[in-house]
Amino acid sequence: MLWVDKYRPKTLDQVIVHQEIAENLKKLVTEQDCPHLLFYGPSGSGKKTLIMALLRQIFGTSAEKVKVENRTWKIDAGSRTIDLELTTLSSTNHVELSPSDVGFQDRYIVQEIIKEMAKNRPIDTKGKKGYKVLVLNEVDKLSREAQHSLRRTMEKYSASCRLILCCNSSSKVTEAIRSRCLNVRINAPKEEQIVKVLEFIGKKEGLQLPPGFAARIADKSNRSLRRAILSFETCRVQQYPFSSNQAIPPMDWEEYVSEICSDIMREQSPKRLFQVRGKLYELLINCIPPEIILKKLLSELLKKLDEELKHEVCHWAAYYEHRMRMGQKAIFHLEAFLAKFMSIYKAFLIATFG
Amino acid sequence: MAPLLQSSQPWVEKYRPKQVKDVAHQDEVVRVLTNTLETANCPHMLFYGPPGTGKTTTALAIAHQLYGPELYKSRVLELNASDDRGINVVRTKIKDFAAVAVGSGQRQGVYPCPPYKIIILDEADSMTEDAQNALRRTMETYSKVTRFFFICNYISRIIEPLASRCAKFRFKQLPEEIMSNRILHICNEEGLTVDTEALSTLSSVSQGDLRRAITYLQGAARLFGSSISSKDLISVSGAIPREVTEAIYAACKSGDFDLANKEVNYVIAEGYPVSQMLAQLFEVVVGVDDISDEQKARICKSLATADKCLVDGADEYLQLLDVVSNTMRALCNMPQEFSYDI
Repeated sequence: MLWVDKYRPKTLDQVIVHQEIAENLKKLVTEQDCPHLLFYGPSGSGKKTLIMALLRQIFGTSAEKVKVENRTWKIDAGSRTIDLELTTLSSTNHVELSPSDVGFQDRYIVQEIIKEMAKNRPIDTKGKKGYKVLVLNEVDKLSREAQHSLRRTMEKYSASCRLILCCNSSSKVTEAIRSRCLNVRINAPKEEQIVKVLEFIGKKEGLQLPPGFAARIADKSNRSLRRAILSFETCRVQQYPFSSNQAIPPMDWEEYVSEICSDIMREQSPKRLFQVRGKLYELLINCIPPEIILKKLLSELLKKLDEELKHEVCHWAAYYEHRMRMGQKAIFHLEAFLAKFMSIYKAFLIATFG
Repeated sequence: MAPLLQSSQPWVEKYRPKQVKDVAHQDEVVRVLTNTLETANCPHMLFYGPPGTGKTTTALAIAHQLYGPELYKSRVLELNASDDRGINVVRTKIKDFAAVAVGSGQRQGVYPCPPYKIIILDEADSMTEDAQNALRRTMETYSKVTRFFFICNYISRIIEPLASRCAKFRFKQLPEEIMSNRILHICNEEGLTVDTEALSTLSSVSQGDLRRAITYLQGAARLFGSSISSKDLISVSGAIPREVTEAIYAACKSGDFDLANKEVNYVIAEGYPVSQMLAQLFEVVVGVDDISDEQKARICKSLATADKCLVDGADEYLQLLDVVSNTMRALCNMPQEFSYDI
């Protein structure tokens, strides 16, 4: 079992990083009742962990016995029926799903499936009517229509069903939904907190940590706890006992991106652009999301550029990322950004050095 | 089990006005509808206005008051965006419902029970244009036995032919004192203590949206117990603390790109929503005195561009960085045009 999963806090009491939020959540559910919740925050900050711990707090250990189901839903949309396949994770009291998986047909998921689930009310052993919890992942990727459909569903079935929504950026969730939920912001853990967690894991695993080693991992992790723990484990596999100057292996795709950067800094020509295209394809085939590639490219470039060029490059990065979102093929826009950068950089070189 | 149900209900639903006359601040609508209750006659209606001003509440209240709980189910069809409302539904479900005639008006106790049915189309602005077009003739043909209530946020999304068939009512944004009254009423019922500072914070963070104000209040009450301060409300509402916005602005002013980049990274890592950040940055920029109008205009333009991009789903970090870079160039009087862009 990976350490990331092994040391995931199971209850709200075990949470190390977001203790304050955990306390608040505990207070929230003491009356066996909670409002709709919207968790948002950067990836690797612990949203999911907190949600699972919260479910356990509400329903006890039964929330942990989950089964994975791959169901096909037949939806009657007037003249035709649509088959939708969706994977759900469910226990007796909660169901977890990512409606955005079905793409543009997510509206039907929201309208039909959620409604159907919301209508069935669980009854506990004492004959009390309880409520069901629906955990929806990646609500920021839901289409506009689907989000609209969610609004009324949330109100109508509020007595029998609680929604827990989880997303990276709450900007992409419509106001109407945000105003119906209690918003919980989960910030990325601070570096000291990451260090604390790493030291905790080190102690549990019985490892000797040289001073400053955990701090270096935390520094490299970009405030993502998941990443920190993963690279900690990689280090453990590579070399143990740790030496204090042991290199922390960077992600190989990141190295690849910085290679692209130095390529285009060295030579600006159509031929070089053609070479770099192959590398971009390589990254895309390996399922690195294009916006992440673009962001990493930008951050690598910003490290090397003059002050006056930075404004220009960051503007074009934003511009092409927006284009990429509107368009279909990521490669065009990534390449356009690189070409733009080359032209700007070349002009800059000519202006400065003649 | 009734008491348990009561407590688990959101306050927004619990304190939804049950009668038309209880709807706050929308005097014209209330006057017209009270008239309707007496004469039992009403036109097609179109309610529009910003969220949380009582549109749905009014529509539901009038329907309940006209028919009472018994007849409500058979006389009122409520459709909203969570139901499928494509053109097929308009052609079949709505038409079928509209076509059925009802018995002549017989007063049942206190309820007037007029001889027509009501179809409430909530969130009508998310209906497709085709579906709206299909409604036109239906509305006229069955106008004897059916009244339509349209509810929407943006009247511009309702096609003209539909809008012209209805009596239009704009729902006004709620002013601060009305909102405070309502909030105080709820606080009394729920046994909460809220001071005046918290009240004014609540109305400023909710921007005239009563539903949002009540949701925040309930959230804060759940999290922080029965006495609520303005700080608690800010943390529940997801507003960004002043210091963070100020730090971004100061970084822009310093003209140091790397410092600004660091601040942007901080905002993203803390998980603050960038749309909110833009809104608050806008307030800061408009409020400061020591920069020229042209500089302000330049900054606002970049804010607007970024906002549109965010709506399209662009990346938050890149957009904020672009705004910050634009702001920095405006504040430090760097040229707005790029020098190496051919």
